[in-house]
Amino acid sequence: MKITREEIEYIGHLSRLELSPEEVEMYTLQVGRILEYMEKLKTLNTEGVVSTSHAMPIKATIRDDGVSPSFTIEESLSNAPDRFGAFFRVPPIIEVDE
Amino acid sequence: MGNTDYEGVIGLEVHAHLLTESKLFCKCSTRFGAEPNSHTCPTCMGLPGALPVLNRKAVDFAIKLGLALNCRINRRSIFARKNYYYPDLPKGYQISQYEEPICEDGFIDIEAGGQEKRIRVKRIHMEEDAGKLVHEHTIETSTYSLVDYNRSSIPLLEIVSEPDITTPEEAVAYLKTLRDILLYLEICDGNMEEGSFRCDANVSVRKKGSKELGTRTELKNLNSFKHIEKSLNYEIRRQIELIEAGGRVIQETRLFNVDEGITYSMRGKEEAHDYRYFPEPDLLPLIISNEWIEEIRSVLPELPGEKTKRFIEVYGLPKYDTEILVSDKDLSYYFEETVKTFPEPKTVSNWIMTELLRELKERNIKPFEAPLSPQYLGELLTLVKDGTISIKIAKDIFPELMDKGVSPKTFVKEKGLIQISDEAEIASAIDRVISLYPKEVEEYRFGKEKLLGFFVGQVMKETKGKANPKMLNELLLKRLKT
Repeated sequence: MKITREEIEYIGHLSRLELSPEEVEMYTLQVGRILEYMEKLKTLNTEGVVSTSHAMPIKATIRDDGVSPSFTIEESLSNAPDRFGAFFRVPPIIEVDE
Repeated sequence: MGNTDYEGVIGLEVHAHLLTESKLFCKCSTRFGAEPNSHTCPTCMGLPGALPVLNRKAVDFAIKLGLALNCRINRRSIFARKNYYYPDLPKGYQISQYEEPICEDGFIDIEAGGQEKRIRVKRIHMEEDAGKLVHEHTIETSTYSLVDYNRSSIPLLEIVSEPDITTPEEAVAYLKTLRDILLYLEICDGNMEEGSFRCDANVSVRKKGSKELGTRTELKNLNSFKHIEKSLNYEIRRQIELIEAGGRVIQETRLFNVDEGITYSMRGKEEAHDYRYFPEPDLLPLIISNEWIEEIRSVLPELPGEKTKRFIEVYGLPKYDTEILVSDKDLSYYFEETVKTFPEPKTVSNWIMTELLRELKERNIKPFEAPLSPQYLGELLTLVKDGTISIKIAKDIFPELMDKGVSPKTFVKEKGLIQISDEAEIASAIDRVISLYPKEVEEYRFGKEKLLGFFVGQVMKETKGKANPKMLNELLLKRLKT
């Protein structure tokens, strides 16, 4: 197996996914299979081939600097689960150990 | 630093906000101080389907800094996603650069403790800033956090040094030099309080002479040069004491507590550094042509280091003067403009460092906002030099000239401040004073020579400060002898 249950649980946690034991089982198998396929690809000779991060040989489009209108504050906050004035309000995010 | 067997090993990461009009990947304004969440759009709020489009000016600025810091500009660089969950990061990832940053392998020459030193710059990469978290009370006691996404996706350059820095003093010198360069390039306002120039430090210690690196901690929250120096001093001492007591340094992030002057461990709720970087699929590789680089190179201004050398060589200024003048680009221009009308550099420098700087500070304005232009300052100094007015008068009227922005020549004429250089007129003022103070004259002649100052003062008063001091002195001495 290319990946362990623990690793799947860990990745699930990093991605904020709540996985049931059955799902962990299933993803361990599926991700394992993907990684096995990657191993197979790795056996190919890619010497002299530039690493590819994008499939098409085109370069980035760039725009000139310049401002256009933004959301209004109300639009900006319209999906907010909770707000305080013009701010989004979220649970506290820091724990401190002295 | 206490124990001298050890040395600090410091690497600095600086985040510099770029002075673009709009954000890195969208057209929202970057202006500081707007109503919370009023500079947002689908792209910088991370709404599904929104796509980033790169701002050309941010790339211009990155190339500019790369050239100024002697870096290699990579003809091809790519953007990457840095993945983590935090409320200030609406997309759940930050667009940054990882494996192929825009600039690499440069250096900054600094001077600390009278020593010159070259600090290598490992890389400069482009990235977007996160939103801003605001806390009720302090970060420790807050029951919730507030989020403002105006800062989300403002363009940043992250400048990463190699761990070549060994003392807090060097760290501050590096940061000041870098900040000066950013200001000269006009790509960052360098404002530390507003967070447009932020610094994190990686700190470890090792026995002197050792080549191995110790375990490092990362210091965050360093928002003034003073705090940086203090926190580094504290952290280096803490690590040395820990090791000497048989403990070991834990790799962690620490925050500096300004009030207590100590660093303390900050532990987020999340697994610290598992960012799972991967190439950003929404942005294509950034390709930079030689022409683009040469275009930027051709508009690079003279940098503080070169200017310092030139000021010493060309104007023969002392190092101290040079440092003050060069530390502010506008002030250095002001100086050079003044020297054009009054070609005595040291005199000009003296007046700028004392009178001008004081008055600028009092008014909280920049050199070129002063109504007293460099041409007028030159004119004022010429008036002193040719004896039209005394130095004292020049200093007295300086604040008024700063406010009014009128020609000093016209001003002194209208106010009747032109120095009295007429021998007869000064002599008669001396006579009047001498007849008023017979007792003092007697004492002077019996050897109480320090009374001379008193007579000078009285004659000055008599002439409303306009007597030519040199003539006054000569005539007075002569008169008191007879």
